[in-house]
Amino acid sequence: MSRLNPGEAVRVRDDYPPGHIRTPIYLRGKQGVVERYFGAFGNPETLAYNQPGPKKDLYKVRFRATDLWPDYQGSPKDTVEADLYDHWLETMK
Amino acid sequence: MSGDHHHDHDHNHDHDHGHAHSPPQPDEKVHSYHQILSIALKELLIEKGVVTAAEVRSFIEKRDSITPGNGAKVVARAWVDSAFRARLLEDGNAAAAELGFPITGTKLVAVENTPETHNVVVCTLCSCYPRDLLGLPPSWYKSRAYRARVVREPRAVLHEFGTEIPDEVALRVHDSTADIRFLVVPQRPAGTHDLDEEALAALVTRDSMIGVVRLEEGPR
Repeated sequence: MSRLNPGEAVRVRDDYPPGHIRTPIYLRGKQGVVERYFGAFGNPETLAYNQPGPKKDLYKVRFRATDLWPDYQGSPKDTVEADLYDHWLETMK
Repeated sequence: MSGDHHHDHDHNHDHDHGHAHSPPQPDEKVHSYHQILSIALKELLIEKGVVTAAEVRSFIEKRDSITPGNGAKVVARAWVDSAFRARLLEDGNAAAAELGFPITGTKLVAVENTPETHNVVVCTLCSCYPRDLLGLPPSWYKSRAYRARVVREPRAVLHEFGTEIPDEVALRVHDSTADIRFLVVPQRPAGTHDLDEEALAALVTRDSMIGVVRLEEGPR
């Protein structure tokens, strides 16, 4: 079972560790909603150093464009979605 | 060569030629640091016997033989066969494999354009693209300008491609940050109800499967 469910609000960790990180900077610290669960995938943060390591749950997370960019020019319906690993997502409590 | 000049090619020996023919020119391409690094690595792997030059060449040839036409066939099938469309949206890899397009190592997710939603794909971190299905991405897809701007001002970017998405349509930008590859299933253009699957596939363009254009019209 995955830790997070579709529809759940999450915040991306606002963290800047060194290494091969595939969580885009523009999403760090931003709030979004889990759109779907993809399954467990190899972790690029360890694979980049030839260490297979444990697989990580991967989610599609949807962000409102207006939440990412305060001066966003477009429709309030517009969204950006990214595929993020479980350990980058914090639940909203 | 005969002395009386009755040969029939159109080389006029009397005119003043006016310019010197250049000697053969070398390739103008200047390799970047990372290109030189990858060439050096390839040469080392060949030298050490890890791979052969023929294997590298064959792999490149195989990669280059994959074209957006493969994706177009998947889209056209989804347009004419609702059961296939459902399978494509459920499991892109399995659906593509049904048509003879194996996708290995990544998960293919089809995202469907509807009257309410328009999808566009980017990889802000590098150049992730459904290469197993569409072949190599266009150079603009890999440009920093496209990658940085399409998440920031997607409607302005689409406008530059000649694409206007009405404000009531939600624009959904998919940033391919992990092992998922996205295929946009464009909306079937109006006026194509009498076309067969092959004719429909001919309408589907690469850029429509990235999502920077819509297929507005049927054949003219």
